[in-house]
Amino acid sequence: MLDNIMVLVQAPLVPLQLLLDGIFIGAIFILIAYGLALVWGVMNVKNLAQGDFVIMGGYIAWVISNPKYMGAWAVHPILGLPVAMVFMFGFGWVIYFLIIKRVVYRDMFTSLLATFGLAIVIAQLLNQMFGPEVQVANSGYPTWTWGLLSVAAIKVVAFALTVILAAMVVIFMRYSRMGQAIRATAQDARAAKVMGIDTEHVYAFTYALNAAICGAAGVLISMIWVIQPFFGLPYSLRAFVVVTAAGLGNLPGIITYGLGLGVVEQFGGFILGAQFQQAIVVMVLVLVLIVRQIQQNRYRQAVV
Amino acid sequence: MLNISKFKSLLAFIATSLIVLVAGPAGAKVEGDTIVLGSAISFTGKYSTNGIHASNGYNLAVKKINEAGGVTVGGKKYKLKIQYYDDESTPARTAQLLERLIKQDGVKYMLGPYSSATTKAAAPVTEKYKIPMVEAEGASRSLFSQGYQYMFAVLSTSEQYLASSIALAAELAEKNGRKPQDLKVAMVFENDPFSLDVRAGVADDVSKYGMKTVIDDKMPRDLSDISATLTKVKALKPDVLVVSGHSKGAATAARQIKEMKIQVPIIAITHCEAAKIIAKFGSATEGILCPTQWSETLSYSDSLFGKAKDYDTLFKKEYSGYKNVPYQSAQASAAVQVWKDAFERANSFDTDKLREALAATDLETFYGRIKFSPEGNNVAKPMVLRQIQNGKLNVVAPSKWASHPVVFPRKVSY
Repeated sequence: MLDNIMVLVQAPLVPLQLLLDGIFIGAIFILIAYGLALVWGVMNVKNLAQGDFVIMGGYIAWVISNPKYMGAWAVHPILGLPVAMVFMFGFGWVIYFLIIKRVVYRDMFTSLLATFGLAIVIAQLLNQMFGPEVQVANSGYPTWTWGLLSVAAIKVVAFALTVILAAMVVIFMRYSRMGQAIRATAQDARAAKVMGIDTEHVYAFTYALNAAICGAAGVLISMIWVIQPFFGLPYSLRAFVVVTAAGLGNLPGIITYGLGLGVVEQFGGFILGAQFQQAIVVMVLVLVLIVRQIQQNRYRQAVV
Repeated sequence: MLNISKFKSLLAFIATSLIVLVAGPAGAKVEGDTIVLGSAISFTGKYSTNGIHASNGYNLAVKKINEAGGVTVGGKKYKLKIQYYDDESTPARTAQLLERLIKQDGVKYMLGPYSSATTKAAAPVTEKYKIPMVEAEGASRSLFSQGYQYMFAVLSTSEQYLASSIALAAELAEKNGRKPQDLKVAMVFENDPFSLDVRAGVADDVSKYGMKTVIDDKMPRDLSDISATLTKVKALKPDVLVVSGHSKGAATAARQIKEMKIQVPIIAITHCEAAKIIAKFGSATEGILCPTQWSETLSYSDSLFGKAKDYDTLFKKEYSGYKNVPYQSAQASAAVQVWKDAFERANSFDTDKLREALAATDLETFYGRIKFSPEGNNVAKPMVLRQIQNGKLNVVAPSKWASHPVVFPRKVSY
């Protein structure tokens, strides 16, 4: 452990590498976490199928770039981004009317169970369709190196796309009619209904938008890491960690924690070993919750 | 209303079905001129790909043995047949199905399931009923420390998977005028029983040669990112990098080794074939060492299948869609050959005599020599190391079986 810290001090490019990798990783988790926060905040549904939507997106990129499925029509996996977003939007819409609609007004456990069931069904369907092998989509982009530093172009591209996508969503939420309706529904669904907002429509749109965002993240993940039908859970968990730490409806918070956790994970993995990479993320969450608890203690009042 | 004659026929029906139930198991192990072997194997679920490879191997050997006249016991020729159940890749199901094979179907001779986890669930059942099992797909070292008496494995155990790469590194160091003690080793292993077994084998050899371990990271099961560890590799410049983490670990490692342009003279990764890293990452995988149980270029042979190469040709002819014959299939076929040999030497269908015969097995096969230790694992066959050379897997170690010289240091252009 001390040796590893020495390396960090002696070779300044190493911490820079870890910082960059952390930011690139964090950016993708921000997308997934933002989608989760959206559904959670607007509909009070905790979507446990989040990671499986991501993996579905990954498989879309893999399929459209795979000559086995597409023949001569196989294209570059990055084009999976629009395809996955459109497809997943439609998928999310259908799932809303099939399942989520029936659990929105029930208590928390019903929606948790329903989305957990959905996660299992998606994973198993992907397994039936594409088999249990680990798959990757290849961007074919180069890697830039500078001494010890190496940056894969795909990570930079993914980062840029993530930023553009996030900006688009933010602008959409702020200025479009639908975005306003979503925010109004999140604030008070009953009042929004009274004002003539079709909340059912808003819920369906929100859920579908979340699925589309996850799909986009999945496309990027298939080109950066690896995908497999059963790999959804880690992404769901990470999204929950980020949202829990940042709080709902707090986009700057989600960005900070998303990037922060990515960087902490990289440094933790470097210093303590890869086995602690995930543990550190959860430890940070616990610390954040403890600090919050202490802060909020001051404002706590007895409810009479 | 139930009248008397109907009642009588119902009674008769119950009686006959009871007789069938009681008599069924006793007669089912050998039906006429057919010996029935049983196996619960993964046709669905996460092990299904390899489960099917294994059952294809079983079936091919059965077909070939039957075509060659079958098994001779007591001067009479018997055919072989396998009764399968699908264990859905779940160990608990494997155990249930073995109970069913033994108690309900009366099968007395078992072939193993696919994977260490399901074999671990199967062994206590066969042990309980004293039913011999020849398994070909469970490599975990822990299977052979339980004192099982009725389980025999034709494959090399997990701690041997990457140990040979350390021996090779030492050999190459001495050839190049360096002492093995000066070598630095980086180890990256997934945190699961199989990979930790592999790690134990590597760690033993590392300390045997007095090498220095500079990185010893364990990647969590659900993590598909080892870039922090590889950054450490870049900074510490080890001479050997060994990685084991099933298909996911192999794909992740190959992808990030390529992206980060890792230059280590010796890199060894398990499961490179299963993860198809050559097809996925092309020339960036050049020079990576991959351990394997078996390769069609080895010079082993037997009278049934001929040379390893002949098995390869036959298998591809029999099952379309295979570019390479997986070693999972080859070792499954070898397991059936072990059964044939045991039946003929025991000259009996008695399970205890068969157990004795299995324990005394010493058989040359196309898959390698098979001789069991008292613990039940095969001690006569080494793991072979193949190196990716020009996109092909060539055997480079141990030198006795090598078809190509090892390329050292690894030459790769990213």
